[in-house]
Amino acid sequence: MADTMELRDIEVWDGNMAAAQALRQAQVDVVAAYPITPSTPIVEGYATFKANGYVDGEFVMVESEHAAMSGCIGAAAAGGRVATATSSQGFALMVETLYSASGMRLPIILNVVNRAIGAPLNVNGDHSDMYMGRDSGWIQLDAYNPQHAYDLNFIAFKVAEDHDVRLPAMVHQDGFMTSHTAQGVCTLSDEVAYNFVGEFQPMNDMLDLDHPVTHGVQTEEDWHFEHKARQQHALMTAVMPKIEAAFAEFEALTGRKYNVVETYQMDDAQTAVICMGTSVETAMEVVDELRAQGIKAGVVGIRVFRPWPLEQLAEILKNVKAIGTLDRSSPHGTVGTLYNEIAGSLFNTGVKAVLNNYIYGLGGRDLTKAHLVGIYQDLQANAESGTLTTPLQQYIGLRGPKLSFF
Amino acid sequence: MSEIKKIKNLKEFSTSADRFEGANLLCPGCAHSIIVREVLNATNDDLILSASTGCLEVCTAVYPYTSWDASWIHIGFENGSTAVAGAEAMYKALKTKGRLKQPDRVPKFVAFGGDGATYDIGFQWISGCFERGHNMMYVCLDNEVYANTGGQRSSSTPIGSSATTSPAGRVSYGEKQNKKDMLAIMAAHGAPYVAQVAPNKWKDMVAKIQKGFAAEGPVYINAMSACTTEWKFAPEDTIAISDLATDSLVFPLYEIINGSELNITYRPKNIVPVRDYLGAQGRFKHLFTKQYEYLLDEWQTRVDAKWVQLQRREEARV
Repeated sequence: MADTMELRDIEVWDGNMAAAQALRQAQVDVVAAYPITPSTPIVEGYATFKANGYVDGEFVMVESEHAAMSGCIGAAAAGGRVATATSSQGFALMVETLYSASGMRLPIILNVVNRAIGAPLNVNGDHSDMYMGRDSGWIQLDAYNPQHAYDLNFIAFKVAEDHDVRLPAMVHQDGFMTSHTAQGVCTLSDEVAYNFVGEFQPMNDMLDLDHPVTHGVQTEEDWHFEHKARQQHALMTAVMPKIEAAFAEFEALTGRKYNVVETYQMDDAQTAVICMGTSVETAMEVVDELRAQGIKAGVVGIRVFRPWPLEQLAEILKNVKAIGTLDRSSPHGTVGTLYNEIAGSLFNTGVKAVLNNYIYGLGGRDLTKAHLVGIYQDLQANAESGTLTTPLQQYIGLRGPKLSFF
Repeated sequence: MSEIKKIKNLKEFSTSADRFEGANLLCPGCAHSIIVREVLNATNDDLILSASTGCLEVCTAVYPYTSWDASWIHIGFENGSTAVAGAEAMYKALKTKGRLKQPDRVPKFVAFGGDGATYDIGFQWISGCFERGHNMMYVCLDNEVYANTGGQRSSSTPIGSSATTSPAGRVSYGEKQNKKDMLAIMAAHGAPYVAQVAPNKWKDMVAKIQKGFAAEGPVYINAMSACTTEWKFAPEDTIAISDLATDSLVFPLYEIINGSELNITYRPKNIVPVRDYLGAQGRFKHLFTKQYEYLLDEWQTRVDAKWVQLQRREEARV
């Protein structure tokens, strides 16, 4: 039996420690992991808990991220609670097995501390790895600060392990800006946290020796499509209600309210910035200043990136006149991901908001309040003229000549 | 530790509990099914199995069918070892936490992979599993070629063999590299038990599998798997070809205990010339021409040298 850790009501934790503590409190059965900056302190923290008797599950330090997820898949199929953490290049190495995990319907929790992907090599935070996970069949939740990184882990376990869902889930946080920035984090006691997540309920577990199961079969044109369609159907229909129910239950327990789409000053907003991660809170500060000047600006933060909250966004954005989508990743050959997703959300709704796209913060470059003020000025001009007054895609905080597109 | 299953004779062995069904899609004459059955039938204990992508995997778990009456998992080409290592870690965790459904039963964890999955693409994963010391057996079904995808060379493909990516031709005798010595590499990991087996020598094989199951820690078994399709011999000749392989000492049968103690477990009464083994297979037929026949002598010299080396290792006990 693992020892209980006494926590203060508010601990000063960075995002990595918050995630490590959540994994400890969820009493994960197997963590198979490989260290990579900036997620390394999650597994270091977990290893330290194990070394001091606070974890009685297995901690398997493997030889690569691909092996980490492979071990997680084997452990999850065997029948128990499984989690790990990674970033960037390691995430990229894992990608093959991410598809295996979701296709095999195994509820693994992956903490992704977002970081740029080389070349050029870069250890700092952007959303390239998060976006790479878009099509992998995982649930993707996004934390904006260490508190979220802590709370969303519990919610991720609860949703992913639900027998109507049985899909793996990622909890994202921004590399360094969240992962290495200590803030006050409201804690749950070990008992309350574990009771919220609940006891793991195995299904098709290999270790039920009286009921052998075959995992990871071959299907060709005769059955492959049905398997993928069922997985997509579960992701599109079962997951969002379970997330909303988990958010509601978590709010009742803690008073902390999460939403599928987070909004700030959106009730009467004429212009809105849509972004993810730490940028959401920066934009909220800017909106406070703009509102003081009488400008009706708002912020939309994506909390659930997969499954994509298509209908919720259409509702939230129905009266907005100009929308700026902020992507912290190079789209490499098209418009940014959030631009595409928001355009898709609005296309059949009759909303005629002017939509443009900003690429910012690659490789950990700061997004300042001054940058956001400039963006809102663009949006205001778009709202007033009812048409694009800027290039469709612009770079924010880039030195040298303007490299805008379209 | 559970009791070791007693096996009196081949008749009894061939009719013992069958957890690998005859209903599979492997080629007629494929040695894979013989090897898998010999491994599984060597124990009465529960089994948790994995397979890497390859012939065994694509021929035994095609939805909605399965040939496996024991829990089995496949993830990808390179990670069959880590799949079963993950399951073994979960077993340990649930044992510690008192959550095993059948706490009195101790399953064996076995990973199967072809030589492509073992010598090449899965090499790092296997090394990792062995370094960490998982309690598992890794069985390489060594048919010396990527048979599932039509006969491309692997680092187990022997020199002079014609494979589709190292074909023999007007100016090439085929594969140029010597086969990787996987047993030495796995023994160097300090594994408690490493052995080479061949399905035609079933008593030797079962004894080794049982030793492997009795060992604590990672066990590596290199199983010669004669491939009718890619070695190019008649399907009914699988055992005859296998006999030529073991009696010519191209596939010497031996074991290495704790990384150092080497025992030769089969000494042919009549050692067959290597050319008889090579000549029985289409993949080597171009060696029997004036242009390339010098390679036959090189082959014999290499096999002789390896046999001397194995005997010296055995005598030296180091």
